[in-house]
Amino acid sequence: MPKSKDVKKVLVIGSGPIVIGQAAEFDYAGTQACRSLKEEGIEVVLVNSNPATIMTDKDIADEVYIEPLTVKVLERIIEKEKPDSILPTLGGQAGLNLGMELDESGFLKSHNVKLLGTTAETIRKAEDRQEFKDTMEKIGEPCAASTVVHNVEDGVAFAKEIGYPVVLRPAFTLGGSGGGIAHNQIECEEILKNGLRLSRANEVLVERCIAGWKEIEYEVIRDSAGNCITVCNMENIDPVGVHTGDSIVVAPSQTLGDKEYQMLRSAALNIINELQITGGCNVQFALHPTSFEYCVIEVNPRVSRSSALASKATGYPIAKVAAKIALGYTLDEIKNAITGKTFASFEPALDYCVVKFPRLPFDKFITAKRTLTTQMKATGEVMSICTNFEGAMMKAIRSLEQHVDCLTSYDFSELDDDELLTRLTVVDDQRIWVIAEALRRGISHEQIHDITMIDLWFIDKLHTLVKMELKLLRAGEKNTEGKYGTLEDAKKIISFDTMLEAKRLEYPDSVISRLTRFKVSVLKELRDFYKIHATFKIVDTCAAEFEAQTPYYYSVYNGPDSEDEASLSADTGKKKILVLGSGPIRIGQGIEFDYCSVHATWAFRKAGFETIIINNNPETVSTDFDIADKLYFEPLTPEDVENIVRLEKPDGAVVQFGGQTAIKLTQDLMEMGVKIYGTDAKDVDAAEDREIFDQILEETQIKRAAGATVYTAEEAKEVANRLGYPVLVRPSYVLGGQGMQIALSDDEIEEFMNIINRYAQDHPILVDKYLQGIETEVDAVCDGEDIVIPGIMEHIERSGIHSGDSISVYPAQSLSAKVKETIAEYTKRLAKALHVIGLINIQFIAVGDEVYIIEANPRSSRTVPYISKVTGIPIVDLAAKVMLGEKLKDMGYTPGLQPEAGYVAIKMPVFSFEKIRGAEISLGPEMKSTGECLGISRNFNEALYKAFLGAGVNLPKHKQMIITVKDADKGEIIEIARRYEKLGYIIYATRSTANTLNENGVKARKINRINQESPTVIDLILGHKIDLVIDTPTQGRDKTRDGFLIRRTAIETGVNVITALDTARALVTSLECAETEESLEPIDIAKL
Amino acid sequence: MKAFLILEDGTKFEGKHIGADKDVVSEIVFNTSMAGYTEVFTDPSYAGQAVCMTYPLIGNYGVCLEDMESERIWLDAVIVRELCRVPSNFRCDMSLSDFLEKYEIPGIEGIDTRALVRLLRDKGTMNGLITTNENISFDSVKEKIKAYTTGDVVSKVSCKEKKLYKASEYEPRIENGPYRNIEQNGKGLKVALLDVGAKQNIIESLLQRGCDVTVYPYNTTAEEILAADPDGIMLSNGPGDPKDCGDVIKEVKKLYDSGKTIFAICLGHQLMGLATGADTHKLKYGHRGGNHPVKDLETGRVFISSQNHGYVVDVDKLDENIAVPAFTNVNDGTNEGLKYTGKNIFTVQFHPEACPGPQDTSFLFDRFINMMLEAKKNGGKN
Repeated sequence: MPKSKDVKKVLVIGSGPIVIGQAAEFDYAGTQACRSLKEEGIEVVLVNSNPATIMTDKDIADEVYIEPLTVKVLERIIEKEKPDSILPTLGGQAGLNLGMELDESGFLKSHNVKLLGTTAETIRKAEDRQEFKDTMEKIGEPCAASTVVHNVEDGVAFAKEIGYPVVLRPAFTLGGSGGGIAHNQIECEEILKNGLRLSRANEVLVERCIAGWKEIEYEVIRDSAGNCITVCNMENIDPVGVHTGDSIVVAPSQTLGDKEYQMLRSAALNIINELQITGGCNVQFALHPTSFEYCVIEVNPRVSRSSALASKATGYPIAKVAAKIALGYTLDEIKNAITGKTFASFEPALDYCVVKFPRLPFDKFITAKRTLTTQMKATGEVMSICTNFEGAMMKAIRSLEQHVDCLTSYDFSELDDDELLTRLTVVDDQRIWVIAEALRRGISHEQIHDITMIDLWFIDKLHTLVKMELKLLRAGEKNTEGKYGTLEDAKKIISFDTMLEAKRLEYPDSVISRLTRFKVSVLKELRDFYKIHATFKIVDTCAAEFEAQTPYYYSVYNGPDSEDEASLSADTGKKKILVLGSGPIRIGQGIEFDYCSVHATWAFRKAGFETIIINNNPETVSTDFDIADKLYFEPLTPEDVENIVRLEKPDGAVVQFGGQTAIKLTQDLMEMGVKIYGTDAKDVDAAEDREIFDQILEETQIKRAAGATVYTAEEAKEVANRLGYPVLVRPSYVLGGQGMQIALSDDEIEEFMNIINRYAQDHPILVDKYLQGIETEVDAVCDGEDIVIPGIMEHIERSGIHSGDSISVYPAQSLSAKVKETIAEYTKRLAKALHVIGLINIQFIAVGDEVYIIEANPRSSRTVPYISKVTGIPIVDLAAKVMLGEKLKDMGYTPGLQPEAGYVAIKMPVFSFEKIRGAEISLGPEMKSTGECLGISRNFNEALYKAFLGAGVNLPKHKQMIITVKDADKGEIIEIARRYEKLGYIIYATRSTANTLNENGVKARKINRINQESPTVIDLILGHKIDLVIDTPTQGRDKTRDGFLIRRTAIETGVNVITALDTARALVTSLECAETEESLEPIDIAKL
Repeated sequence: MKAFLILEDGTKFEGKHIGADKDVVSEIVFNTSMAGYTEVFTDPSYAGQAVCMTYPLIGNYGVCLEDMESERIWLDAVIVRELCRVPSNFRCDMSLSDFLEKYEIPGIEGIDTRALVRLLRDKGTMNGLITTNENISFDSVKEKIKAYTTGDVVSKVSCKEKKLYKASEYEPRIENGPYRNIEQNGKGLKVALLDVGAKQNIIESLLQRGCDVTVYPYNTTAEEILAADPDGIMLSNGPGDPKDCGDVIKEVKKLYDSGKTIFAICLGHQLMGLATGADTHKLKYGHRGGNHPVKDLETGRVFISSQNHGYVVDVDKLDENIAVPAFTNVNDGTNEGLKYTGKNIFTVQFHPEACPGPQDTSFLFDRFINMMLEAKKNGGKN
């Protein structure tokens, strides 16, 4: 079928800020789809509130709106742009819900806009629990016994009928928000209450618990002619009960015979046909482990996280094909870009094994429950490819960047056998390490299987890894010379076969070294002697049946005769540059760094380089096979990178763009003899090294808060007392303020030092005097002589709250001209002193007219995409060019601080607190936000209103609020409260806050504390009539559980919670703005 | 124990020996199915060939004997990256290595199977020797390897006596298995199946639909089959070069002339083509796997099919008065099925009976049944 001719202008809806359950995968899908649409000559209008995305670049879409994703805003954009069609199936659940609402209200019809791809009716059939169940029943596809309820009583009654445990799933929520397994009536009631509230449709599905069954997924794609194929199937190692986003997943399925495989494949096709989906679709099944019984768990009628994973796992570009299908093409008309010979109607055949590992945020939320449930908690994921399962597993583990590199990384040896068996029943992110310990103890596979329900096949494979570990340990015992013996010793102790097998299983040299006590360098010599080296294979969708056109590689150890396909690639004669990616998305290192990596790659490509990307994140644009000239899907550790360097012999590498992941590899790359483009490693170190940096500051006469570098708690206390409390305590070399705390006393120092040291820090710890002022931030490009500063960003929250969690305003609103001048001057001095070639990010505090530096990072930062977009200055591109020796002046830029734009752009942090049970939500020096959105307008108040709206703060609703602040904030809260009161807010407050307010003429109703008699503050929150809770926790850490409970209850009830006065003030300012959702003016940033 | 694969171009792969301890010379082919090795290994069409599985982990779920597509393993040897020693599946009867030993099939594991596939893809299917003899020189075996042909394999794999399978006595080989919701719209129909290497699931597919099936050995005369007055005739899949089946082709021609409803699969499809004046040729490296798209030329619909063939019917020389293409391969445009002009005959190159592979084209059995019912209504003739 030829392309439909009446599609000329398409509105593509993005997925908004990165939250748990909706991450970078939709930037990947959306970007791919936009490029695919533009390839067809279609005008693309893009809307997404997330400025850190690549899809919101003006070279990806024709018109770009970084606006709040609400129905009303979309209506304005449709009225303005008049697209003929809208594509809602690429923006995740958020995009899909919006598309549906626009359709349901009749708006699309009245504006002659049609939904491309899957129809609204189909989406309803797939998303509405009852309709879905009825449809499945009709075509004979079994679902678990279930019913939809709209109130707690009906849910409890049905659960009684089918028996506990039951699974509860709220409809229309992200990542299974608010769902869970209830084992008894109390749990059932609790989860139901929460789920009903979170569901857009106020409905929750109660169903038979099929926990423990195998969880199998199929990625299916269907065109409008009814042709359909499965792109890939995947097996969750964690059986049903753990959200697939939190599960370790393997592709293709490993434990299904052809009978089960085809039975489920046929069922998936049966379903997609009945639903008449046109485009991509994900079908999840539960398969009984000892029979052919299965249940359909759910269907996602859109591209998803799983489809991004399937695309990367197979090389089949699902989003791209889905976009073409939406235009009317059929599968047999769409060329497979990898082979250039086959078509999109060819099912990929894998000749390798793929493992996906979730990246969980428990390192950021130390108080949170680590248990994994049907509610997704992972912020990101890594993927690895190998020809054997064990190897893929080992590669995935070390890709996580969570201080883990093998199965000994978490130590459970102190548990006795009984404790260990009990620990095995806990389903959390450490489970495979517990299983490894059980295997070491000789606990039978069957017993482990009975407890975990993990298939015996996987347990056996983990055992293979454990056996190798023990073998290497035993070899190490023979290494009696002890002192990390010589090559000759190694030859005697580690045989060729053992070494080859260890490498086949992807034991990194560093782990082999730890186990055998031979130096890594000796092991390297030994491998050279044995000729055991990594070779690279191609991901080609077809198991080598056809020649592949795209160099998408993974490594394997397969003995000295193994063929290396990467070495067969033609020499282009171009200079080669290595771009190191940023690994999994986690709090503190998000999608921004992928944005930077991709732009850097494009810039170097334009400059005539052969570009090579190394990364391991399947959700990202950077790991799409046509971004760089070559893609290596590999862990980002020194050894893995060295394997690639050894083969490619690049002319240089860039590390500035891949966040901390890439920066950490600088030293190793230099030791490998790779030239680092841009700022020297020693200058990067200088910015991190307290003493050297202090010296530079002295030379350049830049002030900073007094402080010192320490290694022990004693030293820290000594420094703190000298400076006077409060002080900031933080480890060096971390991103996102990990481990950073404000300490008020010696006791707190003790406590924080303990926590910091838990992560085996080799680096020193910094103790600084805590300054209170206006935090500002700049990103600048320096060519060695001149700098370009696109603009100064000001943080709404005063220092003490991590910059990534602060509301950031461009251009800075409250700085004097003098301060701005000083900041520009300091930036220039510092960039030059640090010999920066490329990017630098500097944070300052302005206290009155005095400017102090907080820190400088000579690399890309989280604000780079934001500032590039709102100023129109492509700083990644500029940075890449200056690294190659170009001068800013020659590029047409006047050095220094650039003129301010005529509008205000506000970056708002977005959190995922409701997804992480037990997480402390109050803000502090440690970063907690998962994503961000943008508000852009001619005036400050409207920009702020848009930014809050984009972050999901859509007020007012009931005009009732609760205020409870710490004593230090009591003075400042009065004015803020008065402004809320003026807007018509009824204020409730805990006793002392209420007293303060009433004494000062702000009417506040007193409410009881948690331990007092009902109704308490908690009851009030649960009453669903509260818009907002302002709760500023006691400085440092909230020792009482009261505040914590209030905050958690509010978050879990869907109430907005603010924990800083500055944020509260900003919100009321935005509410005072006369604008409403209807009157907002969408701004096309591509036209700025 | 070390094992070696030596190809006719002199390429030598070193791996580990698996299965029975014997040397074998065979034609080396590869299959891209990610699951279904039991079905592949017991498919009679592989007789005379050694199969390399491109998926690297083979044997994961062991062997479920009820999944066998014939009563034994027919291929000469297996080539795998990694053989699973500790299989896991609720139906698992034995490990794959025990299964190989049971049928005395040798094999090699641990070689770079992808490199082998790339070689076969570029140079075309080759013969090879699998041996555990470390000291063997290529020169000493070169001639022997080159001289190998699959030869007359049909006679080896076909049943020796005719056998009747009654739908009324049919018990699915897998209890509570995966095949559900199949309508028995072929109840009372008698089907004659000429076994030139038939897979069990062809018989099962007919039985599940209510047909009685009589399976005839490959050397049965057309007269004998027609004498039983079946409602329809099926020609099965099978191994080897179709042109080696001269005698069978003569009988197939008579079946063609009989006016009976005929459905043929794979080798059967090629035999019908040769019987009616078409030609066949050998593909460079064949189609073997479960992911091949075939397009129904009448409707434009594309289906994913299970395939296993090294030869293909030449459509260039097709007389449209005899037959026209009905299916074509989306990837390489080769013929995947024919519709016979003025006849109640259609034939396909791929495997609607699946096992292993997708069941997307199982509706062809229903099409066959409908054709038989239609013919019956019209008094036995079309």
